[in-house]
Amino acid sequence: MARTARTAWPLREPLIDGDKTPAEVTIDISRPLEGRPTPLWWAAFLTAVTFLAIGALAVSYQIRVGIGTWGLNRTIGWSFDITNFVFWVGIGHAGTLISAILFLLRQRWRTSVNRAAEAMTLFAVMCAGLFPVIHMGRPWLAFWVLPYPNFRGPLWVNFRSPLLWDVFAISTYFIISAVFWYVGLVPDLATLRDRFKPGFKQRLFSFFSLGWNGALSTWNRYETVYLILAAALATPLVLSVHSIVSFDFATSVVPGWHTTIFPPYFVGGAIFSGMSMVLTLMIIARKTMRLEDYLTHRHIDAMTKLVLATSWMVAIAYATEFFIALYSGNPYERFAFLNRALGPMAWSYWIMVCCNVLVPQIFWFRRMRRALPVVFVATILINVGMWFERFVIITTSLSRDYLPSSWASYTPTLIELATLAGSFGLFFTCFLLFCRFLPMIAMAEVKGVLNAHLRPEHEDAPADPGPVSLELRPEENPT
Amino acid sequence: MSASQLVSIFPGEETVFGAIRELREAGFAIEEVYAPYAVHGLDRAAGLRRSRIGLVTVAAAVIGAIAFYLFQDWVSAINWPLNIGGKPYSSAPAWIPVVFETGVLAAGLTTVLALFIRSGLYPGKKPRLVDPRVTDDRFAVVLDIPHSGFDIDRARRICRRNGAESTAVTPAPEPAKRPRRPPVRSLEVWR
Repeated sequence: MARTARTAWPLREPLIDGDKTPAEVTIDISRPLEGRPTPLWWAAFLTAVTFLAIGALAVSYQIRVGIGTWGLNRTIGWSFDITNFVFWVGIGHAGTLISAILFLLRQRWRTSVNRAAEAMTLFAVMCAGLFPVIHMGRPWLAFWVLPYPNFRGPLWVNFRSPLLWDVFAISTYFIISAVFWYVGLVPDLATLRDRFKPGFKQRLFSFFSLGWNGALSTWNRYETVYLILAAALATPLVLSVHSIVSFDFATSVVPGWHTTIFPPYFVGGAIFSGMSMVLTLMIIARKTMRLEDYLTHRHIDAMTKLVLATSWMVAIAYATEFFIALYSGNPYERFAFLNRALGPMAWSYWIMVCCNVLVPQIFWFRRMRRALPVVFVATILINVGMWFERFVIITTSLSRDYLPSSWASYTPTLIELATLAGSFGLFFTCFLLFCRFLPMIAMAEVKGVLNAHLRPEHEDAPADPGPVSLELRPEENPT
Repeated sequence: MSASQLVSIFPGEETVFGAIRELREAGFAIEEVYAPYAVHGLDRAAGLRRSRIGLVTVAAAVIGAIAFYLFQDWVSAINWPLNIGGKPYSSAPAWIPVVFETGVLAAGLTTVLALFIRSGLYPGKKPRLVDPRVTDDRFAVVLDIPHSGFDIDRARRICRRNGAESTAVTPAPEPAKRPRRPPVRSLEVWR
């Protein structure tokens, strides 16, 4: 009976395929957590752990020997690891974008993607945080970046430094994202607690589900808190974090860095690369974990459109900064940009332009948006391009600044490459463990949108539900 | 606190709306509704008001931001004045990014803590479930049965008519029988 009621007036395509009932959602999403992992999962996991081990070896070596093991020189004192830092922070922006900004915009399709995207955010920010800590050279003293009372006389951090702003921005972002993710998980952990047989896992779910029992008074507060976290806190936070990362560069006097366009340019780029990474992971996940009904073609379609839109934001930023550099009349600024496009590292500039501006244009075509192999390859190319964007900004600007006598070039060493590989290893190890031990789709949220296609677009909550259209009339009652 | 409760289980959100509305029209006070997911408008239908937890957020954000503004000023102008590039000791514009971040951090953590305290959620708490299926797909409407003047049959009829799968009278959880809990739970009496 419920099914006939649900399919009565399809106003638009459903968000979830397969005409699922809430119970079926629970079964489908908990399935990967209950059985043994597939051989495919093991293969992916072992590969990721291998990369992680390579990275761990490289990091131990460079901490022991010092960062002289990197390819840096007196001119280029920042290169590979800051590139990786900005790259990973950028990846980490999509989770909050999907959770917070799409939530504000009432994009209900986000419910299938937000949990995994938020997890991705946490892991990406972990990878990002790794690089500045290694770069300190003495990572065991990393806590010196925090302002704490100490016995070294009055000695404090310098609050005027953008690098310190970064410390606050990244750690706040990590903590708030983790809290947001956990709060979203609590109802699902309760579902798993009541579903699993008593045992170790069940005890863990029980411990972390905080005694959740689905009471409406709790749901009422929970929904308010979720809205506050998303709308009032996470949305401005996500915009602030990459703005502050861009201040690391924008507040300096290096030609090519000292521009006011950097904050929106960096935020746009971060969302662009993050959405691409979410798409890459979703395409893998829907195939390997049999979630085709939840991550439908319509989800991929909507996300590729966002990728296309953000690619244009990035393209306009490239054009604007180039135009302003030429138009400024500042010879150093003008040279910095001509050097990017035509100098010895021009190859990296053109990789960036091809991957970030040209490749996404295929998403104008519906057939391309629906062809998963095409989307998969394109999103990987976009992330290659976004990595090179940071490399171009950081390395080419430093390599040739005011004094030609100090110009230099830069080549990464094997140690640096191994560290980058290790960060990918860390990211995928964490992500695969997450897919295995936690519900990668927010069950409680998906259950709430199963009927969304039958409701008017912007349904306001009336004080009294009034004529509830889906109500069963007494004579239809099966009991 | 009454001695027993009427627990009605509903198969889906379509049915529970009608039951709640009819029960309230008939003058029954709804003790609690249990839902597997947040249904748009169900809290209003059950007569719950909007949560005021947002006030906590605003207060925490303001306190976090002001505290860190003052802290940065104290550090940079009073406790350890250091000339950095000839900038004034109290460089207000440079404090803004950290002030923003600490405001957000304080607001976020306090809001979530407020949710947990108000709803009595804490790690390791033993859940008190009216039915194990309410975290899967069933809805439960709970009515308190006072000692006199409660028409159980009428309430049952309304629930049945709206599609309830079962209506059972169960003993209400007595405060004394509840498991031992940390002192923080005493805040729940606010509700």
